[in-house]
Amino acid sequence: MTLLAIEKLTLSIGGVPILKGVDLSVGKGEILGVIGESGSGKSMTALSVMQLLPAGAEAGGAIRLDGADLLGKSEREMCAIRGRDIGMVFQEPMTALNPLKTIGDQVAETVRTHTGASKAEAAAVARDTLDRVGLSAERFPLERYPHELSGGQRQRVVIAMAIALKPRLLIADEPTTALDVTTQAQILTLLKRLVDEDGMGMIFITHDLAVVAGLADRVAIMRRGELVETGPTAKVFRELSHSYTRALFEASSHVPARAPVPPPEPGAPPVLSAEKVVRDYRLPRRSLFQPAAHFRAVDGVSLSIERGENVGLVGESGSGKSTLARAIMALEPLQGGAVILDGETLNAATGASAKARRKMQVVFQDPYGSFDPRHRVSRLITEPFHLLASEAPTGAEREKRIAEALETVGLSASDANKYPHEFSGGQRQRIAIARALIIRPALIILDEAVSALDVSIRAQILDLLADLSSRLKLSYLFISHDLHVVRAITDRVLVMKSGRIVESGPTEEVFRSPQHPYTQELLAATPTLETALASHSAGSAFR
Amino acid sequence: MPSFLLGRLASLILSLIAASVVIFLVLEVVPGDPAQFMLGLNAQPDTLAALRAQMGLDQPMLVRYASWVLGMLHGDFGTSYTYRVPVSELINARLIVSLPLAIYALALTIAVAFPVGILAAARRNSKTDLAVMGTTQLGVAIPNFWFAMLLVLVFAVTLHWFGAGGFPGWQNPWLGLRALTLPAIALALPQASILARVMRSALLDTLGEDYVRSARAKGLTRRQTLWRHALRNALIPVLTIIGLQFSFLLAGGIIIENVFFLPGLGRLVFQGITQRDLIVVKSVVMLLVFAVILVNFLVDLSYALVDPRLRRQR
Amino acid sequence: MSVEAIAVAPAEKSDSYVRAALRSPSFMIGAVITAIVLLAALMSFVWTPYYYAAQDIPNKLKGMSAAHWFGTDQFGRDIFSMIIVGARTSIAVALVAVGVGVVIGVPLGLWAAAKRGTLFDELIMRANDLVFAFPALLIAVLITAVFGPGAVNAIIAIGIFNIPVFARLSRGAALTLWTREFILAARVAGKGPVRISVEHILPNIINTLVVQITIQFALGILADAGLAYVGLGAQPPTPSWGKMLADAQNLIAMAPHVAVVPGLAIVITVLGLNLMGDGLRDVFDPRLRRSRQ
Repeated sequence: MTLLAIEKLTLSIGGVPILKGVDLSVGKGEILGVIGESGSGKSMTALSVMQLLPAGAEAGGAIRLDGADLLGKSEREMCAIRGRDIGMVFQEPMTALNPLKTIGDQVAETVRTHTGASKAEAAAVARDTLDRVGLSAERFPLERYPHELSGGQRQRVVIAMAIALKPRLLIADEPTTALDVTTQAQILTLLKRLVDEDGMGMIFITHDLAVVAGLADRVAIMRRGELVETGPTAKVFRELSHSYTRALFEASSHVPARAPVPPPEPGAPPVLSAEKVVRDYRLPRRSLFQPAAHFRAVDGVSLSIERGENVGLVGESGSGKSTLARAIMALEPLQGGAVILDGETLNAATGASAKARRKMQVVFQDPYGSFDPRHRVSRLITEPFHLLASEAPTGAEREKRIAEALETVGLSASDANKYPHEFSGGQRQRIAIARALIIRPALIILDEAVSALDVSIRAQILDLLADLSSRLKLSYLFISHDLHVVRAITDRVLVMKSGRIVESGPTEEVFRSPQHPYTQELLAATPTLETALASHSAGSAFR
Repeated sequence: MPSFLLGRLASLILSLIAASVVIFLVLEVVPGDPAQFMLGLNAQPDTLAALRAQMGLDQPMLVRYASWVLGMLHGDFGTSYTYRVPVSELINARLIVSLPLAIYALALTIAVAFPVGILAAARRNSKTDLAVMGTTQLGVAIPNFWFAMLLVLVFAVTLHWFGAGGFPGWQNPWLGLRALTLPAIALALPQASILARVMRSALLDTLGEDYVRSARAKGLTRRQTLWRHALRNALIPVLTIIGLQFSFLLAGGIIIENVFFLPGLGRLVFQGITQRDLIVVKSVVMLLVFAVILVNFLVDLSYALVDPRLRRQR
Repeated sequence: MSVEAIAVAPAEKSDSYVRAALRSPSFMIGAVITAIVLLAALMSFVWTPYYYAAQDIPNKLKGMSAAHWFGTDQFGRDIFSMIIVGARTSIAVALVAVGVGVVIGVPLGLWAAAKRGTLFDELIMRANDLVFAFPALLIAVLITAVFGPGAVNAIIAIGIFNIPVFARLSRGAALTLWTREFILAARVAGKGPVRISVEHILPNIINTLVVQITIQFALGILADAGLAYVGLGAQPPTPSWGKMLADAQNLIAMAPHVAVVPGLAIVITVLGLNLMGDGLRDVFDPRLRRSRQ
């Protein structure tokens, strides 16, 4: 039975068309997965249902909840519907809760807004609801404040706020994107359970095919404000009848073609070796009269990377992987151990010499934040020439090196005169790689370098990286929370937890038979398309 | 005691020590000998020496600093060179004008700025908002002493609603308050304009936060989200500004007292400067700095009341 | 106003700034007013209707007329001439005071941000707090107590107060930049803190600084007027707006224009600068501009 029917929904914001006639429907107790890359309009579709659109938005068509058109409702009527009939969960749990109110008050507020419940009655409902989302009374009393909770726990509170009145429809907009995989798995299980218990309909919006494949009964694929395809999950992903669906599917399980690692030259030192690296942070003082406590972010880590070898470093947030990367780049002082780059020890006190730094470059995650917005590409990518000091190429040689670097990453030499804002996210990441390549380093540290990219762009960048590694005998330290990507591009993998490396070995081996319980847990929590689709024949995953 | 409180208390004490050192050193370098100034140019050398000894001017600098600070801790600010009475008496007599004036002006500032700022934020981009933004822009630009003169011209000289100046004392609290009303309004206008603008922009910032969207998704109306969620979060920047404003009001009082011939600390300071009565200047400045530092300490404490993240440190 | 809130707008190309500025009514009104005041002040160097100190007792306290555009004061001096000469005093005091704040405060702030978390950073910030504990007027009182009144001492008093304003602002804006990936990239390219501060940080906070400069300039005009009013500013016979108001105070019932004209001069100048600052903030911060639509 149809709960929500979106019919020919159009939306424009400030005259710019965002949605161009979207048709979707959700039944009672059904989970609809809405998939799309950035700019597909999937989040705006959700906000249209809630009627929480930004100023200047104009919607057309119809959105019927049990037959009643929401677009025709007044703001007053919508306030009565939001929270009671439709609940919504957002992406970023760290900011979705009011920091100054207790979690109990925030959940009870949903109840008090819509019913005449007394303070005590609303608190009782809040308590029950928090129990239902797995926040027990003894560990999570109503008086807790959001800052005392982890990201996953906060997301549970947000879910409790949304389901406190057992709404007919729940909209979840990328609810697990900001969470670690193990937490993601728990939240997905919780959402699935709540839908089953309450017979809610749920719209689950995501960019991650694997997540949706295991969860949704039906999927809808959106692109540039239009619906590409919709149907039962298993059918859509098995048949791949639509070309865009197939492209998405292939891109998200893309494995670039890679040449085997060349055998190490006898006697040559590894490109990078780190020995018992220790990095401490001073914590803010608890008291004036006690010495400040320290937090050991990296705890005696050793690793080595051979020429041409791609090494992955995986771990959840707070595992210390980014801190280790910054320590290797000599951006922060070490409290112990040593980093040796191509045989030369980096000085822990003074950082790295220009000569040592030449052998190592970095590509960061954020394609928008990694360039000074005021400089042209030619100046941006030649920044590492600073390391060559007087040997830096000038004049025609410099132009040649710029053109060469840009062409190597698939851009054209004429792009050198543009500003970074003239490029898309994927192109900017190519510029970042060009900047890393221009002084011909031996090692590139890729710190979540493809994590912010849409799957189709990500596949292209992975191909580029694999090609560069084999052509230029480049070594990578590939840091990521995304196990798929690490599996696709690395030869060896290190698993990091609480500042230590808990497991390491050839990538395929580790993925096929993980030894350490933490690695096993990580792999089990990571949704994959194959297992999700397999489970669809036997029912659904996360049940 | 929470570490937050201890930390703030320590910084309060350090600030006071630093401020007293600065004030002491600045007035040390003043050319001229206070004893000489008191006795006139043709004083006998032995009388001069006796007075210097009596005033403690022959002691080393460190000793003089220490005795000044220790004296202040006991409420003893020394003896005025010109009035020959304890400075604390002079200050007490003036403080009962200056402090109520600053508090009165602050109360007016808050009473006007809060509703106006909230209204403008709630009706953002409306005509009301535009009118508030225009008026406050003008209010910020008006010098308070000029505004005070205009108030005198209109309400004292022309309408005779208030006296043009002077202070009748607190024997009749009503008359005392009445005498401070025009000065307080003059002080409050620019500060209220600033505070209303800060309130508005702080509210607009918090109204754009994710948790406000969460609250809307629960079914709260715009108005409810503003009162229940945005306002308390917006208070944090607003409190900071209020703390700064109190110090402006205390110091700004020095000028306004001139317009209204009020016997406050400001008049005392200016007399002290013209008569080279530096011990009075030193004491009043120290007292005002103490008040400013204390108010900032109280503002820090009020953060903890508003924000649970500071209250409970585990 | 919170420093972080206006810090670090993503840069756009400068021609789009010009277009946005031309479209911003507050910037345009503010810029026109400021330009008129500046021109009047500059004009006073080469021409004034009368010598500003020339007394003409028989024609004292005259209202506005063709001969005396803004009337005359109690000594028969031409108020218009005094106003435009006073403009140059006020502007000079405020401008130099802001200059002192920028030249000392910005490097201190950038340096503190580059050395963030160290004792040096802590010291700079504590010293800033200490200056904030002395309201500007108290600093002026202290300085006059030591050195006597005068325009130079007014500049020092206002300037000292501007130092922590700019130090704090540039430190705050620089701190958010130091965590950005393009700064990390520059560090990986081996650039030192001084070079990064000059090459990357400063150009990216210049917008924020320009907005603050106009605001501090306006505050400087107000502070100068206040100091001159209580006799701590420029000394006679140099005319200044604050001093003119002080002289007019006892005449206000008899000849209101003597008090009204200098007051309006202050209000208009400050209003012009503030409007320009507000406009510039909108122009530089696309986030604000978008939210206005």
